[in-house]
Amino acid sequence: MKIQEVIDELKTYDGKPVKIMEVCGTHTSSIFKNGIRSMISPSIQLISGPGCPVCVTPASYIDRLTDFSLKKDHCVLTFGDMMKVKGSSMSLTEAKAIGGNIKVLYSPFMALKEAQEHENIQYLFAAVGFETTAPIYALMLNEMQQKKITNLKLFTSIKTIVPALSYICEKEKNIDAFLSPGHVSVITGAESYRELAETYRKPFVIAGFEGEQILAAVYEIMHQLKSGQYKVKNMYAGAVKEKGNEKARALLQQYFEQRDDFWRGIGIIKNSALKLKKEYEIYDGGSCIHEEREEMPEGCKCTDIILGRKTPGECPLFKTVCTPLHAVGPCMVSSEGACGIWYQYSGKESYIDYEN
Amino acid sequence: MKIDMSYGSGGKQTGDLINRVFLKHFHNKTLNRLEDAAVVSLEGKIAYTTDSFVVNPLFFRGGNIGKLAVCGTVNDLSMMGAIPRYLTAGFIIEEGTELETIDKIAHTMALAAKEAGVKIVAGDTKVVEGNGGVYINTSGIGEVKKGGISISGCKPGDAVILSGNLGEHHAAILSHRMGIENQISSDCAPLTSIVQNLLDSKIRVHCMRDVTRGGLATVLNEAADQSSCRIEIWEEDLPVSKEVKGLCGILGLDPLYMANEGKMIVVVPDNQAQKALKAVQCSKYGANARIIGTIREGDGVVMKTRLKGLRSIDLLYGEGLPRIC
Repeated sequence: MKIQEVIDELKTYDGKPVKIMEVCGTHTSSIFKNGIRSMISPSIQLISGPGCPVCVTPASYIDRLTDFSLKKDHCVLTFGDMMKVKGSSMSLTEAKAIGGNIKVLYSPFMALKEAQEHENIQYLFAAVGFETTAPIYALMLNEMQQKKITNLKLFTSIKTIVPALSYICEKEKNIDAFLSPGHVSVITGAESYRELAETYRKPFVIAGFEGEQILAAVYEIMHQLKSGQYKVKNMYAGAVKEKGNEKARALLQQYFEQRDDFWRGIGIIKNSALKLKKEYEIYDGGSCIHEEREEMPEGCKCTDIILGRKTPGECPLFKTVCTPLHAVGPCMVSSEGACGIWYQYSGKESYIDYEN
Repeated sequence: MKIDMSYGSGGKQTGDLINRVFLKHFHNKTLNRLEDAAVVSLEGKIAYTTDSFVVNPLFFRGGNIGKLAVCGTVNDLSMMGAIPRYLTAGFIIEEGTELETIDKIAHTMALAAKEAGVKIVAGDTKVVEGNGGVYINTSGIGEVKKGGISISGCKPGDAVILSGNLGEHHAAILSHRMGIENQISSDCAPLTSIVQNLLDSKIRVHCMRDVTRGGLATVLNEAADQSSCRIEIWEEDLPVSKEVKGLCGILGLDPLYMANEGKMIVVVPDNQAQKALKAVQCSKYGANARIIGTIREGDGVVMKTRLKGLRSIDLLYGEGLPRIC
């Protein structure tokens, strides 16, 4: 089948309105980069899910990092994405400006080098991410043990996607289907969505990140919905296996265990975090005893956005007081966050006419 | 030999630095006089501009801070339809910088100035505390050969030409900083030959802009805004090298927002588009030029994607990459 036929069919769809949630921020980004919304019927609504690890990391997590960075001979190591996220009083960028010792890393392994080169400094590494990043943290732990590094600890905020999807399926009945994440599925495998598909009778289609791949996945979803099917379909078979990456998962099981966790904007989701096991607590910078409770900023609709109830454009703060330079809600902070992506790519969507 | 604070004293060492480095490379009748100011002659309307350069690292594949400092100012003058004539150069040097580093930078500046047909006729040197950093300010003056070229001059129906591949300066600097080994070279170059050819071909140029920090997306947004029109570009026609595309894929960068130092857009009436494209392609640094889009009624910048979807192209927000030029 030619891609043009797929586009033509999706463009002319005039059945009942359909809501499809794309779980992964990279999908959201590709949808905008390729102009996919302008290529399909307005009755097919693509909504963004909780697929940005930075966005769902709670404010109290940031507070811990900023406090740590301001102590003498202490240093926080983090990826750049975390720098602008507001804690309850300040962001890491602001902490750095008042003397906080914070270094931005491109790779987790740079953390090992830092720690070895400055043995007198205590390092805390902000290990944020989903199943995709977690195996790298496990490899890091391998090396930390081999090299006997004692001045570096992981402060984890590692979330797992399937429990979050289960939560959304349970709470949000108006989502018709899911575009399952590409990268996460590489680790978890296509099989990880089967129970959800069966229980909630919804299609779960795993897609790659090219425009054609996303269109093909949406097409598959529309056909499943039309014929009343609810299957897990792996359309990213080049990268995703039925059972996922078992080696990586074994590595995760060695170091981490599933625990309940707090998602910013959502609340507690059962078994949705990977936290370090008891026997590795000497590498834990406090993740396991970390408790979070928080209020969202006034007026912020990030909760509704993460759960697919609203689009960023429907939030009264979007583009008025909440912008990437002055992010109010967490979804605006990261380049993978739904609001951040919408801001960048659809900021002036009003001037895109759909004539083509 | 390292430069220390005494080189900025205005005394003997300052004189040594001027004679042994700057005069050696930049020498010309006006500069050689070492007066308080250069006295020069110019014809007709003049274009006049300044720019400062703080790039880190000082040396990168395809150039160094000195080449940027000459090309940056020369290109700004060129974009106004001017032939660049004279530059000034101000150096702020941190103590601890090797004299040889300054010598290399000055040598490159002299070569770039020669290529662009400008003379460096005045300069200044200051030394400050620090650790081997170098900052350069250049100002430039040129004779306007064709007036009326303006960022607000785009008209519906006009064609948009881009002079070559996107993102190379950005990619080269970033690769250097991240220790990624590749062959990507900064595109840093004077655009004087392209502009000269356009003017010689009697093209009715409506707008020219060099595509620097903030990338093509930012320049097009400025043009759309100032000209009160919409610019539509075509993803399939945007020239990006395989290597830059690869790097963008790995790092999640978008070539539309990446910095360049030797690229420009030219906006011309549609019926002159082919002639203008030829003129650019026949110029040094213009071989990869393409017609990348068109001017329409309306506002904002949109891109027709490879799959024929439409995507809105907003300004770059946030810091981009600090100290890229």
